[in-house]
Amino acid sequence: MQFMLLFSRQGKLRLQKWYVPLSDKEKKKITRELVQTVLARKPKMCSFLEWRDLKVVYKRYASLYFCCAIENQDNELITLEIIHRYVELLDKYFGSVCELDIIFNFEKAYFILDEFLLGGEAQDTSKKNVLKAIEQADLLQENRPRQFFFLSAQLTTEKPL
Amino acid sequence: MPAVSKGDGMRGLAVFISDIRNCKSKEAEIKRINKELANIRSKFKGDKALDGYSKKKYVCKLLFIFLLGHDIDFGHMEAVNLLSSNKYTEKQIGYLFISVLVNSNSELIRLINNAIKNDLSSRNPTFMCLALHCIANVGSREMAEAFAGEIPRILVAGDTMDSVKQSAALCLLRLYKASPDLVLMGEWTSRVVHLLNDQHMGVVTAAISLITCLSSKNPDEFKTCVSLAVSRLSRIVSSASTDLQDYTYYFVPAPWLSCKLLRLLQCYPPPEDGAVKGRLVECLETILNKAQEPPKSKKVQHSNAKNAILFEAISLIIHYDSEPNLLVRACNQLGQFLQHRETNLRYLALESMCTLASSEFSHEAVKTHIETVINALKTERDVSVRQRAADLLYAMCDRSNAKQIVAEMLSYLETADYSIREEMVLKVAILAEKYAVDYSWYVDTILNLIRIAGDYVSEEVWYRVIQIVINRDDVQGYAAKTVFEALQAPACHENMVKVGGYILGEFGNLIAGDPRSSPLVQFNLLHSKFHLCSVPTRALLLSAYIKFINLFPETKATIQEVLRSDSQIRNSDVELQQRAVEYLKLSSIASTDVLATVLEEMPPFPERESSILAKLKKKKGPGAVSVELEDGKERGELNGGGDRGGDASTPSPSADLLGLRSTAPVSGTTPSAGSLLVDVFSEAGPSATSAGVNDDGFLSSAPPTVASEDPAPPLPESDELLNKFVCKNNGVLFENQLLQIGIKSEYRQNLGRMYLFYGNKTSVQFVSFNTTVSCPGELQSHILQLEPLVEGGAQVQQVINIECLTDFIDAPLLNIKFRYGGALQNISLKLPVTINKFFQPTEMAAADFFQRWKQLSQPQQEAQKIFKASHGMDTEVLKAKLLGLGTALLENVDPNPENYVCAGVIQTKAQQVGCLLRLEPNAQAQVHTHKCILLDSRLIMCHQCKSILNSC
Repeated sequence: MQFMLLFSRQGKLRLQKWYVPLSDKEKKKITRELVQTVLARKPKMCSFLEWRDLKVVYKRYASLYFCCAIENQDNELITLEIIHRYVELLDKYFGSVCELDIIFNFEKAYFILDEFLLGGEAQDTSKKNVLKAIEQADLLQENRPRQFFFLSAQLTTEKPL
Repeated sequence: MPAVSKGDGMRGLAVFISDIRNCKSKEAEIKRINKELANIRSKFKGDKALDGYSKKKYVCKLLFIFLLGHDIDFGHMEAVNLLSSNKYTEKQIGYLFISVLVNSNSELIRLINNAIKNDLSSRNPTFMCLALHCIANVGSREMAEAFAGEIPRILVAGDTMDSVKQSAALCLLRLYKASPDLVLMGEWTSRVVHLLNDQHMGVVTAAISLITCLSSKNPDEFKTCVSLAVSRLSRIVSSASTDLQDYTYYFVPAPWLSCKLLRLLQCYPPPEDGAVKGRLVECLETILNKAQEPPKSKKVQHSNAKNAILFEAISLIIHYDSEPNLLVRACNQLGQFLQHRETNLRYLALESMCTLASSEFSHEAVKTHIETVINALKTERDVSVRQRAADLLYAMCDRSNAKQIVAEMLSYLETADYSIREEMVLKVAILAEKYAVDYSWYVDTILNLIRIAGDYVSEEVWYRVIQIVINRDDVQGYAAKTVFEALQAPACHENMVKVGGYILGEFGNLIAGDPRSSPLVQFNLLHSKFHLCSVPTRALLLSAYIKFINLFPETKATIQEVLRSDSQIRNSDVELQQRAVEYLKLSSIASTDVLATVLEEMPPFPERESSILAKLKKKKGPGAVSVELEDGKERGELNGGGDRGGDASTPSPSADLLGLRSTAPVSGTTPSAGSLLVDVFSEAGPSATSAGVNDDGFLSSAPPTVASEDPAPPLPESDELLNKFVCKNNGVLFENQLLQIGIKSEYRQNLGRMYLFYGNKTSVQFVSFNTTVSCPGELQSHILQLEPLVEGGAQVQQVINIECLTDFIDAPLLNIKFRYGGALQNISLKLPVTINKFFQPTEMAAADFFQRWKQLSQPQQEAQKIFKASHGMDTEVLKAKLLGLGTALLENVDPNPENYVCAGVIQTKAQQVGCLLRLEPNAQAQVHTHKCILLDSRLIMCHQCKSILNSC
């Protein structure tokens, strides 16, 4: 896999992970182009498209698009399930995850992704093992009290993914 | 509540993010961010030492700001400080910041590497993993230099935790991809391969990505992975869905690992060990069988995971291309998917079938789905699926269905999406050319293309139709007539005017007899379009006009009038003005003879690869290389008909249209020889690739690696290869896993020119690419040197000029040396230059022939040989072979109609050697007697001819 992008229906980038060296300028250009292309597609269309010399695999979950660019010999369907497994991991960790979780806890979203995919390849596909790694890490943190806080009601109406 | 910050909430961060989200405008957002940046800067600069938590919070805020798309120019130092924190979350945020925002500030890199080194040696698995993730995320050369030696040790050490092994494997993969020269597996190779046997499925999953990448680059060193992968796969495929616990995904056992195992096997030819191969075939059959079973779940995840494995298995079957049974089953399975209600599956089936179409075993099976595919092209609602359908139609096209497919693509073009029109136009143009049996159909098709999608018809396409019309005199009259009719349309595309101008300027005389298209009518028609055209087209039309003056003297006055008008002779465009002035002057002062010489009909274009094909390749991008090579192979095979005798005399659909040599005499072979030629040369397609074929008939995986810098001895197969090219000039000369060499050659008198096409089949560049040719003294060669770099997936062309000084026996040797991933590749091949390439066919009457035959009765002037008819006794096959040899086949010369006689002159610089040949088939015994008579008394030539005939 060359990169993974998460963006909202409004085209806001929520997470970007690059597995190939690219300049910031290139990254921005690619993001802009791809977000536009994917958002322009209709709901029932196929989840794969040819883009430059890569294959793009994307899927929409509620308000978020998950979009991966893979190489020519890579398997589209299994990439689709990579996306799904990542959503499941987020869901399990946050408890019915929604876009806001990813906005406010972006660093966690990155940590979970790193435990699951490294260098663009799956490290482990067992949900249990990946979450174990994350939770172990959570146990190691300093003993500050867990803070819960609420955000204005209008923001929490977003559907879970 | 969704917005619960899990774990260690950083309240300040959440408030900041919330503020940003509440900003009503971009300006407000920037203002808020600047305020925050100022705050953080003062905190970092302040006298008070920040505690770890605050530092972490601020670094995290900076990261958030960066991810919003703003530049960050400070905070790196604080992030580096966090790396040495003992608190996991502080360390973690520090690493995240570094991973996302690393810059090559050398001072910082040293500090970062230090921190990583400490964590790697900490023996704390979570810290080790963080450090490895950071290396994998950054993947820079500096990091490879610092850690490429250490990580393999961590990967294979007995006491390394599983989770660390997993990270180490993928970390190493990333470093290898970025700096392959720094990652030396050497002593670790076997232990890394054995990770495939690891008890922990996660370790296998991670390690196999590394092993696949390493295997694709060094197949030999890792080939023990094949049997391990097969047994692992077999265990998974035959396991019940519950056996693998958490590695079962929606009732599918270990789908990711299965796909990766199947992918790894695609780095290798089919296993040589019968037991392993049997086990693998069993796995593939089981996977195909499971596709027919009812689903265990209605969830799309279940069917996706199951089908992911199925598609990967089909890819492997296609890769092997050796099990007709499996190939046909794969094709049937894909056929089912073509009608599936899931768009994704229809898309993938179309894509996968494209590669199946190029296998000789499944090509016919793919063709049976033509109606479904045409229907998809017409009815699919998603343009990317329609694109796949168009690709598949292109791939499944052959002589039998070309007319139907081209017609369907043309009609689709009228409504096609703009984004794919240009590519469609190129494809139609290529198919029309490749499968043109009668060239009037070809001309019609291209003119239709211009009519329907003129804007998308690139220069290459209309150049090509003109090249072909010029080189084929049987279609010139038709082309002139058709283009004349097309120009009658009130609004016709400028490209039509260009083609019309050019063709009428050359061949308008062929239709001038009809008063409806008299010279003046032709001229007026062209000139009526003149004022609507762009400058280049006008320039072309002016040239057509001056050609008219030569073709039709009666138009001279009218045309001179036009040229003399102010709008021409005083045109503000320099090119137009110059043409008008020069043409006017030329037509006024030159005599008819001079004019006729200067404006003579265009000579035939030299044979060359269709530039349209090159353009399509370019358009498809380097990613489509495999398709290109496939295509190249196919062309090689089809162009097999493009040898001198063959295409000079037969409208063979397999001949490259420009293979035509208008100077070659056309002897009376029947048109049906066209299809026979295909049979003759069909053996050349698959077998031309046989350079890397081992006894099992599988492509051998081993690229010839010879450590020595001396040119390697020629491949053992090269003599056989040489024989393949006796009767043909084009095809695939050599192919292994890394490299494909295609060849096109043309000969005239004692000179030859060869175009070698070197295709890099890998994704890695070849360095120090160098080729040399060593010739026997009787030949002289000149080779144009290439750039030493051949990029992954690229194809480079090299021209070799050859001059035959006198008769010769040994073919020139071509040596190719390059480095691939550090290893020297050294390959030597014989270039297919045989004495018969320098034949000029000679026509002569019966009396003449036998007079010479009788004169040459000296024993040393004669060679005779009786040999078995390895290709049967079919008349047309034999004729095609003899023509392929380069001689003229003389009809009605021998009193015995069973016999064949041929005559030709071998052209060398030193002398010309006439050669007469008689082939006497003996049908009862299935043998031929060849009698070869030479005008010159050089026995050497005689033997040459004998051995050449033998190989026919």
